[in-house]
Amino acid sequence: MINRILHSTEGRLAAITLGVFVAMAILVPDRFLSPANLTSMAFQFPEFAILALAVSVAMLTGGIDLSVVGVANLSSVIAALFMSHFAGDGQGAGLLIAAALLSLSIGLTAGLFNGLLVAKFGLPPILATLGSGLVFAGLAIAMTGGSAVMGLPPAVAWVGNGTLLGIPVPLVILAILAAGVGWALKYTAFGQKTRMFGANPLAARYAAMGTERVLLKVYGLCGMLSAVAGLIVMSRANSAKADYGSSYVLLAVLIAVLGGVNPYGGYGRIIGVVLAVLSMQFLSSGLNLLQVTNFAREMIWGILLIAVMLINLVSFRSKP
Amino acid sequence: MPTDTQPAPLVTLEAVTKRYAAITALDNVDLTIRAGEAIGLAGENGSGKSTLIKVLVGVEHESGGRIMFDGEPQSRLTPTAATAAGVQVIFQDFSLFPNLTVAENITMTAERATGTVLVRNARARARATEVLNRVGVKLDLDARVERLPVAHKQLVAICRALAADARLIIMDEPTTALTEREVARLLDLIRTLKADGVAVLFVSHKLGEVLEVCETVVVLRNGAKVAEGPATDFDSASLTRAMTGRNVASEPPAPLDPTAPTLLKVEGLVRDGAFEDVSLSLRAGEVLGVAGILGSGRTALAKALFGLARPDRGRVSLDGQDIPLGDPIAAAAAGIGYVPEDRLTEGLFLEQSIAHNIAIGRFDAHAKNGVINLGNLWGEAADWLKRLSVKTPDATAAVRSLSGGNQQRVVLARWMARQPRVLILNGPTVGVDVGSKAEIHGIMADLAASGLGVIVISDDLPELLATCHSILVMKGGRITEVVPGGAGVTEADLSHKLAS
Repeated sequence: MINRILHSTEGRLAAITLGVFVAMAILVPDRFLSPANLTSMAFQFPEFAILALAVSVAMLTGGIDLSVVGVANLSSVIAALFMSHFAGDGQGAGLLIAAALLSLSIGLTAGLFNGLLVAKFGLPPILATLGSGLVFAGLAIAMTGGSAVMGLPPAVAWVGNGTLLGIPVPLVILAILAAGVGWALKYTAFGQKTRMFGANPLAARYAAMGTERVLLKVYGLCGMLSAVAGLIVMSRANSAKADYGSSYVLLAVLIAVLGGVNPYGGYGRIIGVVLAVLSMQFLSSGLNLLQVTNFAREMIWGILLIAVMLINLVSFRSKP
Repeated sequence: MPTDTQPAPLVTLEAVTKRYAAITALDNVDLTIRAGEAIGLAGENGSGKSTLIKVLVGVEHESGGRIMFDGEPQSRLTPTAATAAGVQVIFQDFSLFPNLTVAENITMTAERATGTVLVRNARARARATEVLNRVGVKLDLDARVERLPVAHKQLVAICRALAADARLIIMDEPTTALTEREVARLLDLIRTLKADGVAVLFVSHKLGEVLEVCETVVVLRNGAKVAEGPATDFDSASLTRAMTGRNVASEPPAPLDPTAPTLLKVEGLVRDGAFEDVSLSLRAGEVLGVAGILGSGRTALAKALFGLARPDRGRVSLDGQDIPLGDPIAAAAAGIGYVPEDRLTEGLFLEQSIAHNIAIGRFDAHAKNGVINLGNLWGEAADWLKRLSVKTPDATAAVRSLSGGNQQRVVLARWMARQPRVLILNGPTVGVDVGSKAEIHGIMADLAASGLGVIVISDDLPELLATCHSILVMKGGRITEVVPGGAGVTEADLSHKLAS
């Protein structure tokens, strides 16, 4: 039984996540397990977890989306400009909803632009989204002059800092999105096509599967997920800026790979991505409490990534 | 051990076995090759010929048995060691550097092997000239290889092997892209090599050539050596029987109903550089063959009909309705299906389940508002597996686990599930065992009988003759002739028409 769990990528990841949690709980029991720390973690990780979700979906097709942070910032800057322009004296809940819809449509547009580059023009996703990410960031800077957009209505704070039935709102949003994406990948024609395309793009084309539409939808979805992450970041910072969370791109890629998504496409499970996010958060919080410097923390992340990929590779090769 | 009277053979294989997981690709094969000897290696696709070559040059390692060069056992043979022993392979694609000159290509391997760091042009040219003289061939040393005709590229590849001091040259299907005259010249060259003490392993399924140039013939079937003997002991029929394990009684296809309506009509289709002015019509219930040597435009035509390549001019219509060119989705929607040539890279999603491989074109059909009814999807897949008698315990297994014949049935099922009007099969039985081959031919006949139009592109001339009502001969991108299938023409006639 235990052997079988450890033989699946997600099973191993669950064991690692648990291991990291227990290790930190033993090393710094009073502070790591304190309600304050647990709550703070629950507010911290959803934003980059949602970006990781977006990268994972792109990776499932054998592609990647490096523009996620650019899209998040561009859409939240536009949403923030919109809100600060119309903000009145009230809470601004209606304004928030309108701004959220606006930012989602910006995310969708940006994502479809990526999809167009990849599907229609056949650019390699890594280069197409690297370039478009810079374009999105540039647009955001042009709109703001590089400074943070402030003066948001009070209702905005709820998205990133509020709770719903005692659960942090960002966590609720992440749970809904993760469940939704996981379900869609498994139970919809779009999800099945996404996976099959990733498994063999050439065969998908020869099977007349409609590969261009699938890629457009995939990158469109990535863009919308990024926009949601952008809203959470904006709320937690109570402002929007062109260069928030620039280290999140690599973190999101790292989590996707750590979560067992095959970078060559065709395999990946959302539960794996969620577990990878948790283990990263436990590790980084714990190291923080142990007063390990940020530089060492990134190195430890890198070691973790390479180690997990090697383990996955070895277990893949030893399969009968 | 070498004896006083006779030197040890160049290459000896003793009970060599190669297993890939559950599949035995080579089964206890013994083989001896002596200097100056030409051996014909015959066998159907998937019989183990390629595996034998790979083991001989150290790309794959035998799972059992012994390989000896000059009587010396080789443990864990590497490509470097094989090259050092003088074993050279000329693959079908020749593996040349298209952007380099003839001289550079010829001397590349040999120069690298000397361990020299600098490229020395003068020495390379002298060496290349020497080799060309040795085989009595004139080629422009400074011509870029990409500009040479196929037959000359092959000469360059042979010269490269000789420049690297080849003692055994393995030629993998060397004549597939050659015209008859070029084949004759190649066979002459092989005789020259033999006289020079170089051994040749001639891998081919073209009987005439094998019998003409080789002293000994070795036949593989399902990985095992099933026959070996002097070439003079074989004739066409006995070689075929050894290769296939049975007498291939070609049953002519059921006669075509003269009143059957025309399904597919192609008029003046042109794709510059690939094929010219192709017109054909396909009736319901008709099986139409397309034959041609490599590079004749047959695969380009098949891809163009299915929209994978965009023709420059011309019309394709189905039931009188024009089909938009260059769009596989439109072609599939109109009712055209395409079973590709290379099953492993173009046809299958190897790591995905059998059911998904069948359902790939049916996700939308199984979905309501985008949500798939997985029960229906699995049910339909199981249904097809039963109808095409695919031997597998369950549809959830990766399609990789199936044999070639069963994999091909999965690809067929994928298209049959979409109920096409016209099915284009490119190499329908490549890499398929003999039993499955007959069954796939049966499926093709059933499809035609149910009113489909079937187009078959194949290298396997007996297959075309046995399954097609008529066969289009393609040469240099044009349809040059239409010959009747069935017993109307012999294989030798057809082969002559293709290559003359």
